[in-house]
Amino acid sequence: MTPWSTLLALAGDATGSWLAQLKNLATHPWVVNLVAMAVILGANAAFFAVITLLERKGLGRIQNRPGPNRAGPFGILQPAADGIKMITKEDIVPERADQLVHFLAPLVMLAPITLALAVLPYGPQLVAVNLDAGVLFFFAIGTAGELAAFMAGWSSRNKYSLLGAMRAIAQMISFELPLVLSTLVVIMMTGSMSLVEIVAGQGSAAWGLPGWNIFTPWGLAGFLIFLTAAAAESNRSPFDLPEGESEIIGGFMTEYSGFKYAVFFMAEYFGMFAVSGLGITLFLGGWHAPFPFLEWVPGIFWYVAKLVALVFGFIWIRGTLPRLRADQLMNFSWKFLMPLALLNFATAILWHATAGWQFPGAWLCRWLVCFGIVAGAFTGLGRAMLRRRQVGPRIYRYAS
Amino acid sequence: MQLAFTIIALLILAGATAAVALRNLVHCVLCLAVAFVGVAALFLLLGAEFVGLAQIMVYVGAVAILMVFALLLTRNADLPATGPLVSKSWLTGVSIAALVFGCLAIGILASGVGQAAPPSPQLSVRQIGEELMRNYVLPLEVLGVLLTVSMIGAVVIAMTDPKPD
Repeated sequence: MTPWSTLLALAGDATGSWLAQLKNLATHPWVVNLVAMAVILGANAAFFAVITLLERKGLGRIQNRPGPNRAGPFGILQPAADGIKMITKEDIVPERADQLVHFLAPLVMLAPITLALAVLPYGPQLVAVNLDAGVLFFFAIGTAGELAAFMAGWSSRNKYSLLGAMRAIAQMISFELPLVLSTLVVIMMTGSMSLVEIVAGQGSAAWGLPGWNIFTPWGLAGFLIFLTAAAAESNRSPFDLPEGESEIIGGFMTEYSGFKYAVFFMAEYFGMFAVSGLGITLFLGGWHAPFPFLEWVPGIFWYVAKLVALVFGFIWIRGTLPRLRADQLMNFSWKFLMPLALLNFATAILWHATAGWQFPGAWLCRWLVCFGIVAGAFTGLGRAMLRRRQVGPRIYRYAS
Repeated sequence: MQLAFTIIALLILAGATAAVALRNLVHCVLCLAVAFVGVAALFLLLGAEFVGLAQIMVYVGAVAILMVFALLLTRNADLPATGPLVSKSWLTGVSIAALVFGCLAIGILASGVGQAAPPSPQLSVRQIGEELMRNYVLPLEVLGVLLTVSMIGAVVIAMTDPKPD
């Protein structure tokens, strides 16, 4: 049944009460899906505006300057000013550029990320799509970003663009592995790939602590690995090599201006929201309140509070840490995060195998043993990597 | 269902045709990626959620990117390809393609699909995982070893340094 036939039926049937018809129309799948799409897009776009202001203000604070303070009181109209500027700017396309691919790249970047935002549970009833393989959908749809980065970099016919695209693809592929591996631990322990069920599994509180995954040793290690890999996946500092302004101008976005640049910018922030939302869902209990006596507060409030906290963490890191070098980035992913993520698997298995321990203090004992393994590996690997540090001139074997 | 299938089928056909007909190799790869997405959409339309998503992840996320890298690293992709679009041995190619299609068509028609239309079982991800880990654990392990061996082989080939003199 199409919405048109519904509308026609609505107009033709004058005998029934219009309230019942309105209810029929409001629960029609097409209407429900359209409303869900509009809410997800609108809410995230509004959040994007607020976060850009928070980021500029926060960075200003860290760098001992006031930040934007001209548009409106305390600069709160700055996002609107930015938006108007972006829309009214001239859209410049290089003459030698591949016109069609150049035009499509921002769209291919943004569209999959908005799809990924649809599977996250924002509250007990606020789930747009509850997929059985929600986590798999999230990562499958995220791979389109690599292709979009390549399209943007290649179609611009610019050396810096192509370099930035190559860096972006290499970085996304490398950090996808620790990201997925840290996620798999949660899937293994919950026994489901549905994001709704993963949140439901973190509802029960015990020992005065909420039942979130982060309060287990594998969850804590997994969350830290996830957060690091997520910062790299969404091209956040200190992993912002693909667009390092001081090295390669703007990476694959160099030849974009006006609204197309804004779309890339928006895709980047939406990606950060999506991956932070996944982290909240997997490790921080999703929309659950931290304590049972706070359950009366709506779930969406807790979700947004956790999201703002995570995003603020990203902003703080951006203001604090310097950018990594390309080889440091690769070493960090393959030689440090990957072994840690694999070991975290073993820890989770140990945690699962010792679940039957009954003697007093068993929970604390399990916690300490598992935490010892992860923390020991973290310290050992970190020290070993530092010891192998090269101080002499570096030899480029393949890039000479 | 019928309309969705028509749209997806047209998308796959258009992508695949463009992938062999276009002159710019990068355009070909991008069109091939469109065809891959279409195949994934077909799987999703049939209710095979896991297979469809895995198709996107492996083919769009890995195979297309690999092709792009191979293109950019091996030759100058910006040079337009010269030479005729249709090769001289097109008759052989067409006959081989027709033969393969005929074999597949005979096999599918003989299997009895489409006559009775049995109710398709809705497989959850959990069931697929249990099948892979119980009944099909040996093929899975062998595939894993095969992939590891091929990866080590690639690294070994790449690692052979010219003798310093």
